[in-house]
Amino acid sequence: MTLLNAEIRKDVKAALADLHTPVTFKVFTQAFECQYCKETRELVQEVAELSDKVSVEIYDFVKDKALADSLGIDKVPGMAVIGAKDYGIRMFGIPSGYEFGSLIESIKMVSSGESELAPETKKVLAKLAKPVTIQVFGTPT
Amino acid sequence: MTLAFQLALESDLVSAHMVEIIEFPHLANKYQVMGVPRTVIDETIHIEGAVPEPMLMQEFAKLLS
Repeated sequence: MTLLNAEIRKDVKAALADLHTPVTFKVFTQAFECQYCKETRELVQEVAELSDKVSVEIYDFVKDKALADSLGIDKVPGMAVIGAKDYGIRMFGIPSGYEFGSLIESIKMVSSGESELAPETKKVLAKLAKPVTIQVFGTPT
Repeated sequence: MTLAFQLALESDLVSAHMVEIIEFPHLANKYQVMGVPRTVIDETIHIEGAVPEPMLMQEFAKLLS
């Protein structure tokens, strides 16, 4: 039983065909009291199977708490998307439906390492003096 | 969501978190999420709906002052 059908697998494979730098998902789940931990893990693993540049590491939110804390993973399912370095990209909850697109996009972006932002935007960012966290709340539909 | 990821890529000081709200109802409550997407920057700046890059930067500029 797979979560992704043949058509989606084909599309994802094409989308991830020309990745540059390898991308690693550090996925945190826990055995109990986590509604979509299993599905999230399976979903990311299925995506990773479609590109040899994408790998998945599974961690236990309780047993691997020190690593979770160091990555700022404070709820599950939660994952860090890491490329040449840790850019601070995290996903909490199952990235399905509309957010599945965000998942695929995160892989492509982290792999390229290029933000492709406007020069004015880069100027504002360069002036930042302290850490900033942006949370974007969404739903699967 | 893509724009937040782009900002995180560009700046080592920026982290971008996607949060699926149905699984974390207490956060929906905390951040008064009535519709999605809802963007929350540093707990203080709240933006409803999709945000164009120039508009998000105007909000970001507030963090610099």
